[in-house]
Amino acid sequence: MKITMAQALNQALAQEMARDERYVLLGEDVGPDGGVFRVTDGLIQKFGPERVIDTPLAESGLIGVSIGMAAFGLRPIAEIQFLGFIYPAFNQILSHVARLRNRTRGRYPVPMVIRTPYGAGVRALEHHSESTEALFCQLPGLTVVVPSTPYDAKGLLIASLRSEDPVIFLEPSRLYRGEKQDVPEEPYEVPLRAARTVREGTDVTVIGWGAMVPVMEKAADEAAGRGVSAEILDLRTLSPMDREAVLASVRKTGRAVVVHEAPKTCGLGAEISALISENALLSLRAPVARVTAPDITIPLPKAEDDYYVNPARVLAGILKTMEF
Amino acid sequence: MGLELTTKAPMLQILDEEGQVRPGAEPALAPAELRRIYEIMVLARTADAKALKLQRQGRMGTYASSLGHEACQIGTAFPLRPEDYFFPYFRDLGAYLTLGYPLADYYHYWMGNEAGLRTPDGLNLFALAIPVASQIPHAVGAALAAKLRKKTGAAVCTFGDGATSEGDFHEGLNFAGVFRTANVFVCYNNQWAISTPRSRQTASETIAQKAGAYGFPGVQVDGNDVLAVIASVREALDRARAGGGPTLIEAVTYRMGHHTTSDDATRYRTEEEVKAWEPRDPLRRLRIYLRSRGLSDEASEKGVLDAATNAVEKAVAEAESRPPATVDDLFAYTYKNMPPALAEQRTGLKEALKAEAGR
Ligand SMILES: Cc1ncc(C[n+]2csc(CCOP(=O)(O)OP(=O)(O)O)c2C)c(N)n1
Ligand SMILES: [Mg+2]
Repeated sequence: MKITMAQALNQALAQEMARDERYVLLGEDVGPDGGVFRVTDGLIQKFGPERVIDTPLAESGLIGVSIGMAAFGLRPIAEIQFLGFIYPAFNQILSHVARLRNRTRGRYPVPMVIRTPYGAGVRALEHHSESTEALFCQLPGLTVVVPSTPYDAKGLLIASLRSEDPVIFLEPSRLYRGEKQDVPEEPYEVPLRAARTVREGTDVTVIGWGAMVPVMEKAADEAAGRGVSAEILDLRTLSPMDREAVLASVRKTGRAVVVHEAPKTCGLGAEISALISENALLSLRAPVARVTAPDITIPLPKAEDDYYVNPARVLAGILKTMEF
Repeated sequence: MGLELTTKAPMLQILDEEGQVRPGAEPALAPAELRRIYEIMVLARTADAKALKLQRQGRMGTYASSLGHEACQIGTAFPLRPEDYFFPYFRDLGAYLTLGYPLADYYHYWMGNEAGLRTPDGLNLFALAIPVASQIPHAVGAALAAKLRKKTGAAVCTFGDGATSEGDFHEGLNFAGVFRTANVFVCYNNQWAISTPRSRQTASETIAQKAGAYGFPGVQVDGNDVLAVIASVREALDRARAGGGPTLIEAVTYRMGHHTTSDDATRYRTEEEVKAWEPRDPLRRLRIYLRSRGLSDEASEKGVLDAATNAVEKAVAEAESRPPATVDDLFAYTYKNMPPALAEQRTGLKEALKAEAGR
């Protein structure tokens, strides 16, 4: 059946919660409201208020409590209403979620999934549009996952829920109600730490994730019209990254363009560029290009389009790399 | 035995739901001040309704309505003096208007432009906070700065009932208690934080009683009674200015609208509950009171409403006539001195936009 990403995520949650009683969902407005993007719609009716818990408005408490639950028998699924409001909990994530397995020499791992919408393009208020995924990729022990299609959203979320490591699952708000896709009714996993080749190409590798993937596809269509064959790679798991997929593609095409909606400096593009230069320098026919937002605070809606990475900018990056 | 666990005092009310005052309890307010309070209330309500209408027409961004909060917002801001400080949150239209913030600017911000958030010079009104409760420690810092700089101003901070669950609330109030800062914390307890009811935020009987744990007084007032809010904020400000330290005021009210224009409150609360609050309307109460004092009549009320409608239309026209932020604006306030690499990015973005416009 063709469904949206929000519906696919809802399905994944419902199926895993039905399969295993240890899953407990908690967050602000996840109960009768079904979450502000309706991803948890209907779950409190299915699983009751002991497994779908509306919490007080307190992110540090929400994640801290989830840690205790995860350490002692449950599998919490914590929803942070927007990535922009995760920072009160950053201490818990950095100091404990990411490193408890290490700190306790494996005695107290905390398998949990922290789900949160992120990214621009929905004309939201301040603090609702940032793309700070790179902050979380700096935390050893944490797995950072971003889906770009309904199919992947369901499979990646199920894989995350079954992971023995804590996962931060970043859901691009712009894609929640984007293009619908055929998604199998039965549960399935899309493996973590594995990138997806969205389309094959021979001249240049375009690497991105989340809401940038459809933007990259449009740019690749335009590039094709100009005789440039672009291969598109969707990272899906940002950390630990599928380095082999990146390197194999770049060794084949000899060129790389990294695309992200986050600001340029110290964004994940820098890591990918370094990875390529460390491991595939002699395959390169042009410097690795980065197409990103500038290093400024994301504007409010009226100027958001000026800021947001669009197909034209990705195309310009591709062409610049080709012309080098 | 029977340890008393709560410190619940009766909720302060001066102007009841029928617009009758408790004799002798009214705060000292000159007739002109009472009329002014009524005017701002009508303006706030008119401006709020207009914002919702504009949002439906696609001319306003996501908007958080202030409907029903007029007595809280205006009553909190009205007693301030120019040397005081105000730290608002995202549901504070009435306070902005009371403090003299241009409505056109307020609209401009909610239409999606950062320029609208720039407070006019001379007004100590901090930028409204969207991360819940994050403004509370700022207000404590302002009061501490005033204390260390031997200034007389007090800092007033507003927030919702949901905010009292955040760490920033507890840390901020604790600092205020420890340093005995000149702070007045006003919680607009409107019973809901999006879909989460007050009962899910705290197991304590009142929000006001939390102040006791931080070592300062807390009071609960009828947040739909503008006279009670003014009286309690005044008293708290007087104490703060006299070195008596902070106060927490819980203004009990109700969010009559959806949380924001993105919300659908019918998913989680009943129409009966909303209806039950309608007779407690803050504006109606004040109207009855002013009439009973001979300070207004039907004709003057119509005049107030017409003036508000005109002011709102003018503000909309002005806000909509302003150009959106330029690329230069987007970069200019990142640092005091722009690093060269950022200036290069700015040039790059301008060129990209030019190329895109020509496509
Ligand atoms: C730290 C943080 N978490 C979550 C949110 C999302 N959010 C915006 S308003 C709100 C509810 C606020 O409730 P309350 O404090 O009672 O204020 P009210 O909206 O009722 O005026 C939430 C959860 C946020 N803005 N900031
Ligand atoms: Mg509230």
